[in-house]
Amino acid sequence: MKSLKFLIPMGIFLVLVLFLGAGLKLDPKEVPSPLIGKPAPTFALARLDDPTQTIRRDDLLGQVWMLNVWASWCVACREEHPLLVEFAKSKTLPIYGLNYKDQPAAGQKWLSDFGNPYQASLSDRDGRVGIDFGVYGVPETFIIDRQGVVRFKQIGPITPEVIRTKIEPLVRQLNG
Amino acid sequence: MAKWFVRTFLVAILGCSMGIAGANEAAPASADPALEARMMAISSELRCLVCQNQTIADSHAELAVDLRAQVREMLQAGKTDQQITEYMTARYGDFVLYRPPFKPATALLWIGPAAMVLIGLGALFVVLRRRSRLAADQFEPEDPDSIA
Repeated sequence: MKSLKFLIPMGIFLVLVLFLGAGLKLDPKEVPSPLIGKPAPTFALARLDDPTQTIRRDDLLGQVWMLNVWASWCVACREEHPLLVEFAKSKTLPIYGLNYKDQPAAGQKWLSDFGNPYQASLSDRDGRVGIDFGVYGVPETFIIDRQGVVRFKQIGPITPEVIRTKIEPLVRQLNG
Repeated sequence: MAKWFVRTFLVAILGCSMGIAGANEAAPASADPALEARMMAISSELRCLVCQNQTIADSHAELAVDLRAQVREMLQAGKTDQQITEYMTARYGDFVLYRPPFKPATALLWIGPAAMVLIGLGALFVVLRRRSRLAADQFEPEDPDSIA
């Protein structure tokens, strides 16, 4: 028994390595959203392309939809955008944009330059609705179900993997 | 050399005073210093999500500025500190709190350090007691050099 004592530091070391290794894979920037499983915050915002029209949270009930938070000043959104345009063509679900803390003119120019995957974009000029959704890093993407409950949140750009492994199965399940 | 030093010094002073002037300009958005102090007290308990090692009181990130404005507004509306904290955690989770509440998910966080100290003390105690029971001849004789 005594001869195996030298293994103790080794065992402690291995446990430490496991913890540190797992720690490497965690992203401290990803804050779990307390909104998942809760009703989406209410909002009533002007459309980006037509400020006289207002879209409310409750207008969108009864369908599974995606909310993508974007801004013309956001570099990562530009990265994500082609994928979103492509994804919109698949008509998996309606995508609404939340134009976060942006100048409406800059936002509209951005859409005409890079393509518009959105059914409509909502203009959140002062970022209030963004705060209600717990947005802290644009782009962010939410999936909201028929009852208006938030089911999924992606912080940072969505990727083809996220669409394939998370969004598509979830939408199928929610629509099924 | 002395001249150069004086000049650098003056430039430094000028720079600092300009900094102070700038700070004055950016000072309280509301006229009530008591409310501003409360706002800062609450903000300094909240973590800024953009630059995560800063408080909302310290950070210059745009989101932090917005959240400070939000806290200020809620205070003006007569909300209590607790209501404001709840407002923030409903949106950003316990993560925004520099002092997260004690619950099953955070138990390890709160108890962990104390548990480690106790385990360490326990191990020390066991080792020392075992050693104190050993006979004197079990130890290496003291180095004669060090006695001299």
